[in-house]
This record gives sequence, C-alpha cells and structure tokens, in this order.
Amino acid sequence: MPSLNSRHHELASASEQLRILNNGAGNGAGSAHKLFDDALEASGLFPLKATGIDVFQINVGKLCNQTCHHCHVDAGPDRTEIMTRETAELCMKALASTAIPTVDITGGAPELNPNFRYLVTESKRLGRHVMDRCNLSVLLLPSQRGLAEFLAEHQVEVIASLPYFLQENTDAQRGEGVFEKSVGAMRKLNDLGYGQQDSALTLNLVYNPTGAFLPPSQKALEADFRRELGKRHGVVFNQLYTITNMPISRFLEFLLRSGNYDRYMQRLIQAYNPSAAEGVMCRYTLSIGWDGTIYDCDFNQMLDLPVSYGAPAHIRDFAAGKLSARRIVTGQHCYGCTAGAGSSCGGTTV
Amino acid sequence: MAGYYHDEDLPRFGDMGKNAPELWEKFQAWYGAVFAEGALTQREKALIALGVAHAVQCPYCIDAYTQECLEKGSNLDQMTEAVHVASAIRGGASLVHGLQMRNVAKKLSM
Repeated sequence: MPSLNSRHHELASASEQLRILNNGAGNGAGSAHKLFDDALEASGLFPLKATGIDVFQINVGKLCNQTCHHCHVDAGPDRTEIMTRETAELCMKALASTAIPTVDITGGAPELNPNFRYLVTESKRLGRHVMDRCNLSVLLLPSQRGLAEFLAEHQVEVIASLPYFLQENTDAQRGEGVFEKSVGAMRKLNDLGYGQQDSALTLNLVYNPTGAFLPPSQKALEADFRRELGKRHGVVFNQLYTITNMPISRFLEFLLRSGNYDRYMQRLIQAYNPSAAEGVMCRYTLSIGWDGTIYDCDFNQMLDLPVSYGAPAHIRDFAAGKLSARRIVTGQHCYGCTAGAGSSCGGTTV
Repeated sequence: MAGYYHDEDLPRFGDMGKNAPELWEKFQAWYGAVFAEGALTQREKALIALGVAHAVQCPYCIDAYTQECLEKGSNLDQMTEAVHVASAIRGGASLVHGLQMRNVAKKLSM
C-alpha cells in the first residue's frame, strides 16, 4: 500500500486533517465535537504547560520498510524526508547543553536513516539513556546486518511495535507476513539477551488497537502477550505498553472510509480522563522533526503544529529554559492521549 | 417510522432517565456494580454479556458489547466462541423441549 502522500490523498495534507478534526468531515460522516481546550479548562489544566523535559524525542524521518494501515506518520518506503547529518549534529549539540536523561529515536523506521548510529553513539557518549522505536522487521533486512548487535552493544532500549499476539490481527494492521518477521526479530533480540531476566537489555512491546476502539487494560493484556507469545513462539519481553490510535493521518483515513470517525471521536471524548490529561507526555517530552523543527509531540509534528507561544521552534535556536516551561499547542486530536487510562509513548499514564 | 432500530439511538440510552430519574439511577448503579471487576474479570463479564446479547438478539447490546470485548482485549476467536455458547444454549433449549413433544405424542398415541 503506498503512503497517502504518494497517492496524493487529500488527507496527506495536515491542514485538511485539522479541518476535519475541527469542523467534522462535512459529508455527514462527522461533526464538530466538544473542544479539547474546554475539557482541559473544566479540569483546571488550561492552558496546558510543560513541567520540564525528561525525554528528547527525535523523529529522524518518514522512511520505513513497512506501510502500516494506522501509521500516524504516513511513513513508508516511498517517503524520502529524512534527517540530515547537519540537523542530527544540531540535535546532539542541543542535547549536550542539557541534562535531559532520555533520548527517544523514532521515525519511520529510524534505523534506516544513515545517521541513526551516530545519534545513538553520541547520545550514549553524553551519558543518556537511548530508546529505539523499532518495527522489528527492519532488524531482518539484509542492509541492516549487525543492527541488533549494535543495539545490544550500546545497551539501547528497544521499544517494538507488535499490535497483537496473533498473526491475523498483526498482519491486518501492519502488512502481510509482518507477524512472522516480528517474531523472528524478537528471537534474534532474545538471543542477544533482550527481554531476558537478569539482563540489562530491555525489550518493551507496543500494542495499539487494530481498529476503532480503545486499548484494553495494559496489565491484563501484558499477561496475555507474555503467556501467548511464550507458549506459541517461545519469545520473551519486558513490558507491554498500550497506546491509543490518534485520529490523524492514515488512521483518520481508515476512520472516515469505514464510517467510524464520528463514533470514534465520541468514544475518545466520552472517555476523557482528567488524570490522564494531567500526565500527558507532551508535558515532559520535546519532539524534534526530521528538518529540525521543534514540536510538543510526535502527533503535533505530523499535523504541522510546531511549538508556539514564544518558544523557539527550530533546533538551531534551542533554548532549554524557554522550552521546559512552554505552553503546549493543543487540538482535538489530543483526546487520543487523554482517553481512559491515558496514552503515551510509554503506554498508559494513569 | 422508517424502522425500529437506529444505531444513533444507542448513545441516547440515558434519555430513559428523563421521566423516571430515580429508577434510572438505581439501574445505572446496579449495572455499574455488576460489570465492575469482581470474582469474574471485566473481560469475562463482557464476554458473557456478548453471549447474552446474542441470545436476547438485542442489536444495541451486540454493538456495545462487541466494542467492549475488543476494548477488554478479547479477540475474534474468543468472541465467536462466546456467541457459540449462547447459541448452543438457545439451540439446546429448543431441543430439550422435544421431550415435551415426545411426552405429548406418547400420551396421545396408542
């Protein structure tokens, strides 16, 4: 399946996504919903502000070896937007000027960026904890020989997408044959020590719903994943994170095409949880785009909503002081992070 | 009236509280307590509800508890088995009445 971008789909445009989120689909499929900022106001959280920066998240671009149906990045093999060495160096310069403890590298498939290994080694040299958001199948590509060993050598935490422990559900979302490759890659990581008891190498899995519904209890599902993946495939992992699908990009396209948009938005709004809103990840995360633009989160990044309200919006102008207490840019899509037990790159927030 | 069942009615279930608020509140409190985690997990309760929804053939309940089962982490294999359990009881309930038929037939026959 080609990306929305290469299909010249109208939803490849961030402004069209925002128009739908703000005004409804305009074809009877949806309508304007209660404003997210009003929900924040009612919870005493408006305007939403950052509490610091604990995570320096770098999205190195949209290039990926997979084209998942729900991808909020609209990533794929046909995307060419990737971070240059110059921008990667600016990121590391900014990081070095701070004590931010964690670097979270994402994409696309971040490992396909030629600067991925530079970012890992430099972040580690600066003494930071590094996380790689990995789609697993990339570890088996002939061009990526030695990648798993590189991750292990640098003690990179691997956060791997695996939407379900059954092939049918996983392949339906991520493409034919992806489940088998994912299990093969997990075996490879397990062999290196990842996910094993008493090992310093961490392998966490990420579940996201394979449709227009909210994720189950993270604890209950983690037990299912551990039991079923162990029993069926003999693979192990550390923790499971459940993440809610954001109503943007390819998942928004699915919602509209399947007639689920309005119902899904109502579900997110109905499940709005003030405690989840208080703990949203944008309050302690900074998200850097492939071109060096600074965002409050990866979702704002995909909607072309850079940091605002006086905060510096490009990595070359990085100023930790201004960014760590910034006001956060919010919108209707933010309901995705505040529904139920909350959702973040580290799973539930409540 | 074009039809009796409308999916847009499901979110309006609360309208049933308009003319009998006290009864509605009691129903809501009881309903909430029934589905809370207890000796059975919420997932197990959702699967039972899905089965019962099919037995009573309530399209609103089927809609609501299909979503609920997915949101509690059940998969289609498990949900399909739950529907088979409900169907087996329904089928068995019909079949077991065949004994009444046999009793009556025996009584009437020489």
